[in-house]
Amino acid sequence: MIMATIQSGIAQGLLWAILTIGVFLTFRVLDIPDLTIEGTFPLGAAITVVLINNGMNPMLAMLICILAGAVAGLVTGILHTKFAIPAILAGILTQIALYSVNIRIMSDKATVALSADSFKTMITDLFPAGTSPNTISIVVGLVMCFIIIELLYYFFGTELGCAVRATGSNQKMARALGISTDTMINLCLAVSNALVALAGSLIAQFDYGSALVNMGQGTIVIGLASVIIGEVIFVRKERNFGFKMAAVSAGAIIYRTIIALALTLPWMKATDLKLITAVIVAFALAIPAWQAKTGRKKNSKKAAKEVE
Amino acid sequence: MLKIEHLQKTFHPGTINENKIFKDLNLTVEDGDFVTVIGSNGAGKSTMLNTVAGSIIPDGGSIVLNGKDITTMHEVKRAKYIGHVFQDPMMGTAPNMWIMENLALAYRRGNKHTLKWGMPKGEELELYKTQLAKLGLGLEDRLTTKVGLLSGGQRQAITLLMATIKKPELLLLDEHTAALDPKTAAVVLEISDKIVKEHNLTTLMVTHNMQNAIDYGNRLIMMHEGAVVFDVRGEEKKKLTVEQLLHKFNELETF
Repeated sequence: MIMATIQSGIAQGLLWAILTIGVFLTFRVLDIPDLTIEGTFPLGAAITVVLINNGMNPMLAMLICILAGAVAGLVTGILHTKFAIPAILAGILTQIALYSVNIRIMSDKATVALSADSFKTMITDLFPAGTSPNTISIVVGLVMCFIIIELLYYFFGTELGCAVRATGSNQKMARALGISTDTMINLCLAVSNALVALAGSLIAQFDYGSALVNMGQGTIVIGLASVIIGEVIFVRKERNFGFKMAAVSAGAIIYRTIIALALTLPWMKATDLKLITAVIVAFALAIPAWQAKTGRKKNSKKAAKEVE
Repeated sequence: MLKIEHLQKTFHPGTINENKIFKDLNLTVEDGDFVTVIGSNGAGKSTMLNTVAGSIIPDGGSIVLNGKDITTMHEVKRAKYIGHVFQDPMMGTAPNMWIMENLALAYRRGNKHTLKWGMPKGEELELYKTQLAKLGLGLEDRLTTKVGLLSGGQRQAITLLMATIKKPELLLLDEHTAALDPKTAAVVLEISDKIVKEHNLTTLMVTHNMQNAIDYGNRLIMMHEGAVVFDVRGEEKKKLTVEQLLHKFNELETF
Protein backbone atom coordinates (compact mmCIF):
# COMPACT_ATOMS: atom_id res chain seq x y z
CA MET A 1 0.00 0.00 0.00
CA ILE A 2 2.68 2.46 1.05
CA MET A 3 4.94 1.33 -1.79
CA ALA A 4 2.14 1.93 -4.28
CA THR A 5 1.57 5.41 -2.83
CA ILE A 6 5.26 6.25 -3.05
CA GLN A 7 5.33 4.97 -6.62
CA SER A 8 2.44 7.18 -7.63
CA GLY A 9 4.11 10.11 -5.84
CA ILE A 10 7.27 9.56 -7.90
CA ALA A 11 5.27 9.18 -11.11
CA GLN A 12 3.43 12.45 -10.52
CA GLY A 13 6.55 14.17 -9.22
CA LEU A 14 8.52 13.47 -12.38
CA LEU A 15 5.86 15.21 -14.47
CA TRP A 16 5.66 18.14 -12.02
CA ALA A 17 9.46 18.30 -12.21
CA ILE A 18 9.13 19.78 -15.70
CA LEU A 19 7.05 22.64 -14.25
CA THR A 20 9.57 22.98 -11.43
CA ILE A 21 12.44 23.41 -13.91
CA GLY A 22 10.38 26.15 -15.57
CA VAL A 23 9.91 27.90 -12.23
CA PHE A 24 13.63 27.47 -11.48
CA LEU A 25 14.51 29.29 -14.71
CA THR A 26 12.53 32.41 -13.85
CA PHE A 27 12.88 32.37 -10.05
CA ARG A 28 16.57 31.52 -9.80
CA VAL A 29 18.09 32.49 -13.16
CA LEU A 30 16.13 35.70 -13.83
CA ASP A 31 15.26 36.38 -10.20
CA ILE A 32 11.60 36.93 -11.12
CA PRO A 33 8.81 34.87 -9.52
CA ASP A 34 6.72 34.50 -12.67
CA LEU A 35 2.99 34.14 -11.95
CA THR A 36 2.11 33.61 -15.62
CA ILE A 37 2.55 29.88 -15.09
CA GLU A 38 -0.75 29.56 -13.21
CA GLY A 39 -2.34 30.39 -16.57
CA THR A 40 0.10 28.56 -18.87
CA PHE A 41 -0.23 25.28 -16.97
CA PRO A 42 -3.98 24.86 -17.71
CA LEU A 43 -3.39 26.42 -21.16
CA GLY A 44 -1.07 23.53 -22.03
CA ALA A 45 -3.62 21.03 -20.73
CA ALA A 46 -6.59 22.65 -22.49
CA ILE A 47 -4.89 22.96 -25.89
CA THR A 48 -3.61 19.39 -25.80
CA VAL A 49 -6.91 17.80 -24.72
CA VAL A 50 -9.09 19.80 -27.12
CA LEU A 51 -6.79 19.25 -30.10
CA ILE A 52 -6.44 15.52 -29.39
CA ASN A 53 -10.22 15.19 -28.98
CA ASN A 54 -10.58 16.85 -32.38
CA GLY A 55 -8.43 14.13 -33.90
CA MET A 56 -5.03 15.80 -34.04
CA ASN A 57 -1.87 13.74 -33.64
CA PRO A 58 -0.96 13.97 -29.91
CA MET A 59 2.70 14.79 -30.64
CA LEU A 60 1.67 17.69 -32.86
CA ALA A 61 -0.87 18.84 -30.25
CA MET A 62 1.91 18.89 -27.63
CA LEU A 63 4.19 20.84 -29.93
CA ILE A 64 1.47 23.46 -30.40
CA CYS A 65 0.91 23.65 -26.65
CA ILE A 66 4.64 24.22 -26.09
CA LEU A 67 4.58 27.09 -28.61
CA ALA A 68 1.44 28.55 -27.01
CA GLY A 69 3.19 28.46 -23.62
CA ALA A 70 6.18 30.30 -25.08
CA VAL A 71 3.89 32.97 -26.54
CA ALA A 72 2.20 33.43 -23.14
CA GLY A 73 5.63 33.90 -21.54
CA LEU A 74 6.50 36.40 -24.26
CA VAL A 75 3.36 38.42 -23.51
CA THR A 76 4.43 38.75 -19.87
CA GLY A 77 7.95 39.57 -21.04
CA ILE A 78 6.81 42.33 -23.39
CA LEU A 79 4.50 43.83 -20.73
CA HIS A 80 7.48 43.86 -18.39
CA THR A 81 10.33 44.93 -20.67
CA LYS A 82 8.65 47.20 -23.23
CA PHE A 83 5.97 48.76 -21.02
CA ALA A 84 7.92 48.74 -17.74
CA ILE A 85 5.17 46.95 -15.80
CA PRO A 86 6.68 45.27 -12.70
CA ALA A 87 7.37 41.60 -13.43
CA ILE A 88 4.99 40.17 -10.82
CA LEU A 89 2.12 42.37 -12.01
CA ALA A 90 2.85 41.58 -15.67
CA GLY A 91 2.63 37.88 -14.79
CA ILE A 92 -0.67 38.34 -12.97
CA LEU A 93 -2.15 40.22 -15.95
CA THR A 94 -1.24 37.48 -18.42
CA GLN A 95 -2.45 34.87 -15.96
CA ILE A 96 -5.98 36.30 -15.57
CA ALA A 97 -6.17 36.93 -19.32
CA LEU A 98 -5.32 33.27 -19.88
CA TYR A 99 -8.15 32.20 -17.57
CA SER A 100 -10.64 33.61 -20.10
CA VAL A 101 -8.65 32.25 -23.03
CA ASN A 102 -8.60 28.77 -21.48
CA ILE A 103 -12.38 28.76 -20.96
CA ARG A 104 -12.84 29.68 -24.62
CA ILE A 105 -10.47 26.90 -25.69
CA MET A 106 -12.50 24.49 -23.54
CA SER A 107 -15.79 25.75 -25.05
CA ASP A 108 -17.18 27.19 -21.80
CA LYS A 109 -16.69 23.95 -19.84
CA ALA A 110 -14.82 23.72 -16.53
CA THR A 111 -13.56 20.21 -17.37
CA VAL A 112 -12.89 18.53 -20.69
CA ALA A 113 -12.09 14.82 -20.52
CA LEU A 114 -9.73 13.14 -22.97
CA SER A 115 -11.88 11.08 -25.32
CA ALA A 116 -9.40 10.07 -28.02
CA ASP A 117 -6.04 8.30 -28.15
CA SER A 118 -3.47 10.48 -26.42
CA PHE A 119 0.32 10.48 -26.11
CA LYS A 120 -0.26 8.22 -23.11
CA THR A 121 -2.05 5.66 -25.29
CA MET A 122 0.76 5.81 -27.85
CA ILE A 123 3.39 5.20 -25.16
CA THR A 124 1.36 2.52 -23.33
CA ASP A 125 1.19 0.53 -26.58
CA LEU A 126 4.99 0.33 -26.53
CA PHE A 127 4.98 -1.45 -23.14
CA PRO A 128 3.96 -5.05 -22.50
CA ALA A 129 0.24 -5.35 -21.71
CA GLY A 130 -0.51 -5.03 -18.00
CA THR A 131 2.36 -2.65 -17.18
CA SER A 132 1.15 -0.38 -14.39
CA PRO A 133 0.33 3.21 -15.42
CA ASN A 134 2.73 4.44 -12.71
CA THR A 135 5.65 2.58 -14.28
CA ILE A 136 4.83 4.10 -17.66
CA SER A 137 4.54 7.60 -16.14
CA ILE A 138 7.87 7.14 -14.37
CA VAL A 139 9.66 6.07 -17.55
CA VAL A 140 8.14 8.92 -19.56
CA GLY A 141 8.90 11.44 -16.79
CA LEU A 142 12.50 10.28 -16.44
CA VAL A 143 13.16 10.42 -20.18
CA MET A 144 11.50 13.85 -20.50
CA CYS A 145 13.35 15.31 -17.51
CA PHE A 146 16.65 13.91 -18.75
CA ILE A 147 16.21 15.40 -22.22
CA ILE A 148 15.07 18.78 -20.87
CA ILE A 149 17.90 19.04 -18.33
CA GLU A 150 20.48 18.05 -20.95
CA LEU A 151 19.15 20.59 -23.46
CA LEU A 152 18.96 23.40 -20.91
CA TYR A 153 22.38 22.56 -19.51
CA TYR A 154 23.82 22.90 -22.99
CA PHE A 155 21.82 26.06 -23.70
CA PHE A 156 22.90 27.89 -20.54
CA GLY A 157 26.52 27.08 -21.39
CA THR A 158 26.30 28.77 -24.80
CA GLU A 159 27.06 32.45 -25.41
CA LEU A 160 23.34 33.18 -25.53
CA GLY A 161 22.66 31.20 -22.33
CA CYS A 162 25.52 32.98 -20.54
CA ALA A 163 24.00 36.30 -21.62
CA VAL A 164 20.65 35.25 -20.09
CA ARG A 165 22.36 34.29 -16.80
CA ALA A 166 24.32 37.55 -16.79
CA THR A 167 21.05 39.46 -17.22
CA GLY A 168 19.55 37.70 -14.21
CA SER A 169 22.68 38.30 -12.16
CA ASN A 170 23.34 42.00 -12.93
CA GLN A 171 21.27 43.86 -15.52
CA LYS A 172 23.30 47.07 -15.44
CA MET A 173 26.51 45.17 -16.10
CA ALA A 174 24.87 43.12 -18.83
CA ARG A 175 23.81 46.28 -20.67
CA ALA A 176 27.27 47.80 -20.26
CA LEU A 177 28.65 44.68 -21.97
CA GLY A 178 26.28 45.12 -24.89
CA ILE A 179 23.78 42.43 -23.86
CA SER A 180 20.20 43.27 -24.83
CA THR A 181 18.67 42.50 -21.44
CA ASP A 182 15.07 42.89 -22.68
CA THR A 183 15.59 40.16 -25.27
CA MET A 184 17.19 37.87 -22.69
CA ILE A 185 14.32 38.33 -20.20
CA ASN A 186 11.76 37.63 -22.93
CA LEU A 187 13.67 34.56 -24.06
CA CYS A 188 13.89 33.10 -20.57
CA LEU A 189 10.20 33.76 -19.82
CA ALA A 190 9.24 32.09 -23.12
CA VAL A 191 11.34 28.98 -22.42
CA SER A 192 10.05 28.75 -18.85
CA ASN A 193 6.39 29.00 -19.87
CA ALA A 194 6.88 26.56 -22.73
CA LEU A 195 8.08 24.01 -20.17
CA VAL A 196 5.14 24.74 -17.86
CA ALA A 197 2.66 24.29 -20.74
CA LEU A 198 4.34 20.96 -21.57
CA ALA A 199 3.99 19.93 -17.92
CA GLY A 200 0.28 20.86 -18.05
CA SER A 201 -0.12 18.81 -21.20
CA LEU A 202 1.60 15.72 -19.77
CA ILE A 203 -0.21 15.90 -16.42
CA ALA A 204 -3.57 16.23 -18.21
CA GLN A 205 -2.78 13.11 -20.25
CA PHE A 206 -0.97 10.87 -17.78
CA ASP A 207 -2.50 11.87 -14.45
CA TYR A 208 -5.85 13.69 -14.67
CA GLY A 209 -7.10 12.29 -17.97
CA SER A 210 -8.68 15.68 -18.57
CA ALA A 211 -8.08 19.42 -18.64
CA LEU A 212 -9.49 21.47 -15.76
CA VAL A 213 -9.89 25.20 -15.93
CA ASN A 214 -8.80 25.57 -12.29
CA MET A 215 -5.84 23.19 -12.39
CA GLY A 216 -3.39 26.12 -12.40
CA GLN A 217 -4.38 27.34 -8.96
CA GLY A 218 -1.44 27.22 -6.58
CA THR A 219 1.04 25.92 -9.16
CA ILE A 220 3.51 28.76 -8.46
CA VAL A 221 3.57 27.77 -4.77
CA ILE A 222 4.06 24.10 -5.68
CA GLY A 223 6.85 25.05 -8.08
CA LEU A 224 8.61 27.28 -5.56
CA ALA A 225 8.19 24.65 -2.83
CA SER A 226 9.78 22.01 -5.06
CA VAL A 227 12.67 24.33 -5.99
CA ILE A 228 13.37 25.14 -2.35
CA ILE A 229 13.03 21.51 -1.13
CA GLY A 230 15.42 20.37 -3.86
CA GLU A 231 17.96 23.09 -3.08
CA VAL A 232 17.83 22.65 0.69
CA ILE A 233 18.33 18.88 0.51
CA PHE A 234 20.75 18.46 -2.39
CA VAL A 235 22.58 21.72 -3.11
CA ARG A 236 24.81 22.04 -0.05
CA LYS A 237 27.78 23.54 -1.88
CA GLU A 238 28.59 25.16 -5.20
CA ARG A 239 27.22 22.90 -7.93
CA ASN A 240 26.93 23.14 -11.70
CA PHE A 241 23.75 24.18 -13.46
CA GLY A 242 22.75 20.68 -14.57
CA PHE A 243 23.04 19.36 -11.04
CA LYS A 244 20.85 22.17 -9.75
CA MET A 245 18.12 21.38 -12.27
CA ALA A 246 18.28 17.68 -11.32
CA ALA A 247 18.10 18.70 -7.64
CA VAL A 248 14.95 20.80 -8.06
CA SER A 249 13.41 17.97 -10.10
CA ALA A 250 14.10 15.67 -7.17
CA GLY A 251 12.49 18.35 -4.99
CA ALA A 252 9.30 18.01 -7.04
CA ILE A 253 9.33 14.23 -6.57
CA ILE A 254 9.83 14.56 -2.81
CA TYR A 255 7.06 17.14 -2.58
CA ARG A 256 4.58 14.95 -4.50
CA THR A 257 5.50 11.87 -2.48
CA ILE A 258 4.97 13.68 0.82
CA ILE A 259 1.57 14.90 -0.40
CA ALA A 260 0.61 11.40 -1.60
CA LEU A 261 1.64 9.84 1.73
CA ALA A 262 -0.11 12.52 3.78
CA LEU A 263 -3.35 11.95 1.91
CA THR A 264 -3.33 8.23 2.81
CA LEU A 265 -3.71 9.10 6.50
CA PRO A 266 -7.25 8.07 7.46
CA TRP A 267 -8.16 11.42 9.04
CA MET A 268 -6.99 13.45 6.03
CA LYS A 269 -9.44 14.74 3.46
CA ALA A 270 -8.59 15.58 -0.16
CA THR A 271 -9.54 19.17 0.60
CA ASP A 272 -6.76 19.35 3.20
CA LEU A 273 -4.27 19.37 0.30
CA LYS A 274 -3.75 23.13 0.39
CA LEU A 275 -3.17 23.08 4.15
CA ILE A 276 -0.55 20.34 3.75
CA THR A 277 1.05 22.30 0.92
CA ALA A 278 1.29 25.40 3.08
CA VAL A 279 2.84 23.41 5.93
CA ILE A 280 5.41 21.75 3.63
CA VAL A 281 6.37 25.06 2.02
CA ALA A 282 6.65 26.87 5.36
CA PHE A 283 8.77 23.98 6.62
CA ALA A 284 11.02 23.99 3.54
CA LEU A 285 11.45 27.77 3.78
CA ALA A 286 12.30 27.54 7.47
CA ILE A 287 15.01 24.89 7.02
CA PRO A 288 17.79 27.27 5.86
CA ALA A 289 17.25 29.54 8.88
CA TRP A 290 17.18 26.52 11.18
CA GLN A 291 20.34 25.13 9.59
CA ALA A 292 22.10 28.46 10.07
CA LYS A 293 21.19 28.43 13.76
CA THR A 294 22.33 24.88 14.45
CA GLY A 295 25.42 25.56 12.33
CA ARG A 296 26.24 28.53 14.58
CA LYS A 297 25.78 26.41 17.69
CA LYS A 298 28.07 23.70 16.34
CA ASN A 299 30.67 26.28 15.37
CA SER A 300 30.61 27.97 18.76
CA LYS A 301 30.96 24.58 20.47
CA LYS A 302 33.91 23.83 18.24
CA ALA A 303 35.44 27.20 19.02
CA ALA A 304 34.88 26.64 22.74
CA LYS A 305 36.68 23.31 22.51
CA GLU A 306 39.59 24.88 20.69
CA VAL A 307 39.88 27.49 23.43
CA GLU A 308 40.00 24.78 26.06
CA MET B 1 38.75 61.00 -30.73
CA LEU B 2 35.72 61.91 -28.66
CA LYS B 3 33.95 65.14 -29.56
CA ILE B 4 31.17 66.48 -27.34
CA GLU B 5 29.54 69.57 -28.86
CA HIS B 6 26.86 71.92 -27.52
CA LEU B 7 25.49 69.21 -25.25
CA GLN B 8 22.24 70.10 -23.48
CA LYS B 9 20.38 68.18 -20.81
CA THR B 10 17.62 69.17 -18.41
CA PHE B 11 16.25 66.79 -15.81
CA HIS B 12 12.54 67.02 -14.85
CA PRO B 13 11.82 69.88 -17.28
CA GLY B 14 8.80 72.02 -16.49
CA THR B 15 8.58 70.89 -12.87
CA ILE B 16 9.66 72.47 -9.62
CA ASN B 17 12.62 70.04 -9.66
CA GLU B 18 13.82 71.26 -13.05
CA ASN B 19 17.59 70.92 -13.21
CA LYS B 20 19.46 72.32 -16.21
CA ILE B 21 22.56 70.19 -15.94
CA PHE B 22 24.17 71.06 -19.30
CA LYS B 23 23.43 74.31 -21.12
CA ASP B 24 26.27 74.06 -23.62
CA LEU B 25 28.95 71.50 -22.84
CA ASN B 26 31.90 71.17 -25.19
CA LEU B 27 34.84 68.80 -24.84
CA THR B 28 37.25 67.21 -27.27
CA VAL B 29 39.38 64.28 -26.16
CA GLU B 30 42.26 63.30 -28.45
CA ASP B 31 43.21 59.67 -29.12
CA GLY B 32 45.33 58.34 -26.28
CA ASP B 33 44.41 61.18 -23.92
CA PHE B 34 44.04 60.11 -20.28
CA VAL B 35 41.85 62.86 -18.86
CA THR B 36 41.14 63.20 -15.16
CA VAL B 37 37.87 64.99 -14.40
CA ILE B 38 37.28 66.89 -11.16
CA GLY B 39 34.51 69.18 -9.94
CA SER B 40 32.14 69.69 -7.05
CA ASN B 41 29.00 67.58 -6.55
CA GLY B 42 26.39 68.37 -9.18
CA ALA B 43 28.93 69.76 -11.63
CA GLY B 44 27.83 67.14 -14.17
CA LYS B 45 30.85 64.80 -14.16
CA SER B 46 28.95 61.53 -13.83
CA THR B 47 26.10 62.79 -16.01
CA MET B 48 28.64 63.53 -18.75
CA LEU B 49 30.03 59.99 -18.51
CA ASN B 50 26.54 58.47 -18.47
CA THR B 51 25.53 60.54 -21.50
CA VAL B 52 28.61 59.33 -23.37
CA ALA B 53 27.86 55.73 -22.28
CA GLY B 54 24.24 56.06 -23.35
CA SER B 55 22.31 55.47 -20.14
CA ILE B 56 21.23 59.14 -20.41
CA ILE B 57 20.09 60.57 -23.76
CA PRO B 58 20.80 64.33 -24.17
CA ASP B 59 18.20 66.92 -25.20
CA GLY B 60 20.49 68.53 -27.73
CA GLY B 61 24.03 68.68 -29.07
CA SER B 62 26.11 65.80 -30.36
CA ILE B 63 28.57 63.17 -29.21
CA VAL B 64 30.89 61.80 -31.87
CA LEU B 65 33.31 58.96 -31.15
CA ASN B 66 35.94 58.27 -33.83
CA GLY B 67 33.69 59.64 -36.55
CA LYS B 68 30.55 57.78 -35.37
CA ASP B 69 27.66 59.91 -34.16
CA ILE B 70 26.58 58.07 -31.00
CA THR B 71 24.37 60.85 -29.57
CA THR B 72 21.19 58.77 -29.62
CA MET B 73 22.62 55.30 -30.27
CA HIS B 74 21.15 52.67 -27.90
CA GLU B 75 23.20 52.02 -24.78
CA VAL B 76 23.50 48.33 -25.62
CA LYS B 77 24.78 49.06 -29.14
CA ARG B 78 27.44 51.56 -28.14
CA ALA B 79 28.72 49.22 -25.42
CA LYS B 80 30.75 47.71 -28.26
CA TYR B 81 32.97 50.81 -28.30
CA ILE B 82 32.97 51.87 -24.66
CA GLY B 83 34.31 50.28 -21.47
CA HIS B 84 32.62 51.61 -18.35
CA VAL B 85 33.68 51.09 -14.72
CA PHE B 86 31.29 52.34 -12.04
CA GLN B 87 31.87 53.54 -8.50
CA ASP B 88 30.01 50.63 -6.90
CA PRO B 89 32.20 47.49 -7.10
CA MET B 90 28.98 45.41 -7.06
CA MET B 91 27.82 47.00 -10.31
CA GLY B 92 30.42 45.89 -12.80
CA THR B 93 30.35 42.12 -12.39
CA ALA B 94 27.80 39.29 -12.27
CA PRO B 95 28.09 37.99 -8.68
CA ASN B 96 26.47 34.59 -9.38
CA MET B 97 28.89 33.77 -12.16
CA TRP B 98 32.46 32.54 -12.17
CA ILE B 99 35.46 34.83 -12.80
CA MET B 100 36.06 33.18 -16.16
CA GLU B 101 32.39 33.44 -17.15
CA ASN B 102 32.45 37.16 -16.38
CA LEU B 103 35.58 37.59 -18.47
CA ALA B 104 34.07 35.56 -21.31
CA LEU B 105 31.03 37.87 -21.35
CA ALA B 106 33.34 40.89 -21.50
CA TYR B 107 35.47 39.28 -24.21
CA ARG B 108 32.35 38.96 -26.39
CA ARG B 109 31.28 42.54 -25.70
CA GLY B 110 29.37 43.92 -28.66
CA ASN B 111 29.29 40.57 -30.49
CA LYS B 112 26.09 38.72 -31.27
CA HIS B 113 25.33 36.02 -28.70
CA THR B 114 25.11 32.79 -30.60
CA LEU B 115 24.43 29.17 -29.69
CA LYS B 116 28.17 28.46 -29.73
CA TRP B 117 29.57 27.07 -26.48
CA GLY B 118 30.20 30.12 -24.30
CA MET B 119 32.82 28.77 -21.91
CA PRO B 120 36.37 29.87 -22.67
CA LYS B 121 39.01 27.26 -23.49
CA GLY B 122 42.44 26.94 -25.05
CA GLU B 123 44.09 30.18 -26.09
CA GLU B 124 41.26 32.32 -24.76
CA LEU B 125 41.59 30.78 -21.31
CA GLU B 126 45.36 31.32 -21.39
CA LEU B 127 44.77 34.98 -22.26
CA TYR B 128 42.49 35.35 -19.23
CA LYS B 129 45.09 33.74 -17.01
CA THR B 130 47.91 36.00 -18.15
CA GLN B 131 45.71 39.09 -17.87
CA LEU B 132 44.54 38.08 -14.37
CA ALA B 133 48.14 37.35 -13.35
CA LYS B 134 49.07 40.92 -14.36
CA LEU B 135 46.64 42.23 -11.73
CA GLY B 136 48.90 40.61 -9.13
CA LEU B 137 45.98 39.56 -6.92
CA GLY B 138 46.38 35.79 -7.32
CA LEU B 139 43.07 35.54 -9.21
CA GLU B 140 44.56 33.54 -12.08
CA ASP B 141 44.21 30.35 -10.01
CA ARG B 142 40.59 31.04 -9.10
CA LEU B 143 38.90 31.03 -12.51
CA THR B 144 35.90 29.08 -11.25
CA THR B 145 35.33 31.19 -8.12
CA LYS B 146 32.05 33.09 -8.03
CA VAL B 147 32.77 36.81 -8.32
CA GLY B 148 30.31 37.51 -5.50
CA LEU B 149 32.75 35.87 -3.07
CA LEU B 150 35.54 38.34 -3.84
CA SER B 151 36.38 41.58 -2.03
CA GLY B 152 35.39 44.97 -3.42
CA GLY B 153 38.93 45.69 -4.58
CA GLN B 154 39.24 42.33 -6.33
CA ARG B 155 35.87 42.84 -8.00
CA GLN B 156 36.82 46.31 -9.16
CA ALA B 157 40.11 45.01 -10.57
CA ILE B 158 38.16 42.36 -12.50
CA THR B 159 35.70 44.99 -13.72
CA LEU B 160 38.64 47.00 -15.05
CA LEU B 161 39.97 43.95 -16.83
CA MET B 162 36.49 43.27 -18.23
CA ALA B 163 36.19 46.84 -19.51
CA THR B 164 39.51 46.57 -21.34
CA ILE B 165 40.04 42.89 -22.27
CA LYS B 166 38.57 43.72 -25.66
CA LYS B 167 40.25 47.05 -26.38
CA PRO B 168 37.55 49.74 -26.17
CA GLU B 169 37.69 52.96 -28.20
CA LEU B 170 36.97 54.83 -24.99
CA LEU B 171 37.34 53.91 -21.32
CA LEU B 172 35.13 55.61 -18.72
CA LEU B 173 36.19 55.39 -15.06
CA ASP B 174 33.48 56.88 -12.85
CA GLU B 175 34.99 57.38 -9.38
CA HIS B 176 35.90 53.74 -9.62
CA THR B 177 38.08 53.74 -6.49
CA ALA B 178 35.85 55.92 -4.28
CA ALA B 179 34.19 52.97 -2.51
CA LEU B 180 37.48 51.22 -1.67
CA ASP B 181 39.73 51.62 1.36
CA PRO B 182 42.77 53.88 0.71
CA LYS B 183 45.25 51.04 0.28
CA THR B 184 43.04 49.04 -2.09
CA ALA B 185 42.10 52.23 -3.94
CA ALA B 186 45.80 52.90 -4.57
CA VAL B 187 46.32 49.36 -5.86
CA VAL B 188 43.32 49.56 -8.22
CA LEU B 189 44.42 52.98 -9.44
CA GLU B 190 47.91 51.66 -10.22
CA ILE B 191 46.35 48.75 -12.13
CA SER B 192 44.14 51.20 -14.05
CA ASP B 193 47.15 53.31 -14.99
CA LYS B 194 49.07 50.23 -16.12
CA ILE B 195 46.24 48.99 -18.30
CA VAL B 196 45.58 52.43 -19.83
CA LYS B 197 49.27 52.89 -20.68
CA GLU B 198 49.69 49.34 -21.98
CA HIS B 199 46.87 49.66 -24.50
CA ASN B 200 47.21 53.44 -25.00
CA LEU B 201 43.49 53.80 -24.17
CA THR B 202 41.57 57.05 -24.55
CA THR B 203 40.29 57.51 -21.02
CA LEU B 204 38.04 59.77 -18.94
CA MET B 205 38.49 59.30 -15.20
CA VAL B 206 36.24 61.10 -12.72
CA THR B 207 37.76 61.43 -9.27
CA HIS B 208 37.28 63.40 -6.07
CA ASN B 209 40.88 62.87 -5.05
CA MET B 210 42.78 65.91 -6.36
CA GLN B 211 46.21 64.41 -5.79
CA ASN B 212 45.16 61.43 -7.96
CA ALA B 213 43.80 63.81 -10.57
CA ILE B 214 47.21 65.51 -10.73
CA ASP B 215 49.32 62.33 -10.55
CA TYR B 216 47.51 60.31 -13.18
CA GLY B 217 46.84 61.01 -16.83
CA ASN B 218 48.15 63.66 -19.21
CA ARG B 219 45.28 66.13 -18.98
CA LEU B 220 43.05 67.50 -16.24
CA ILE B 221 39.70 69.20 -16.58
CA MET B 222 37.62 70.88 -13.88
CA MET B 223 33.87 71.03 -14.35
CA HIS B 224 31.49 73.54 -12.82
CA GLU B 225 27.75 73.94 -13.42
CA GLY B 226 27.81 71.70 -16.45
CA ALA B 227 30.76 73.25 -18.25
CA VAL B 228 34.52 72.75 -18.46
CA VAL B 229 36.04 75.73 -16.62
CA PHE B 230 39.68 74.66 -16.41
CA ASP B 231 41.66 72.52 -18.81
CA VAL B 232 45.39 71.80 -18.50
CA ARG B 233 47.67 69.22 -20.04
CA GLY B 234 51.28 68.05 -20.19
CA GLU B 235 53.98 69.83 -18.23
CA GLU B 236 51.60 72.50 -16.96
CA LYS B 237 49.41 69.80 -15.41
CA LYS B 238 52.36 68.07 -13.74
CA LYS B 239 53.25 71.31 -11.97
CA LEU B 240 49.79 71.70 -10.44
CA THR B 241 49.37 71.39 -6.69
CA VAL B 242 46.34 70.44 -4.65
CA GLU B 243 46.41 73.96 -3.10
CA GLN B 244 46.13 75.56 -6.52
CA LEU B 245 43.17 73.36 -7.40
CA LEU B 246 41.46 74.12 -4.09
CA HIS B 247 42.03 77.80 -4.73
CA LYS B 248 40.34 77.40 -8.15
CA PHE B 249 37.40 75.68 -6.49
CA ASN B 250 36.98 78.47 -3.97
CA GLU B 251 37.06 81.07 -6.75
CA LEU B 252 34.20 79.30 -8.50
CA GLU B 253 32.14 78.89 -5.37
CA THR B 254 32.16 82.64 -4.64
CA PHE B 255 30.43 83.47 -7.91
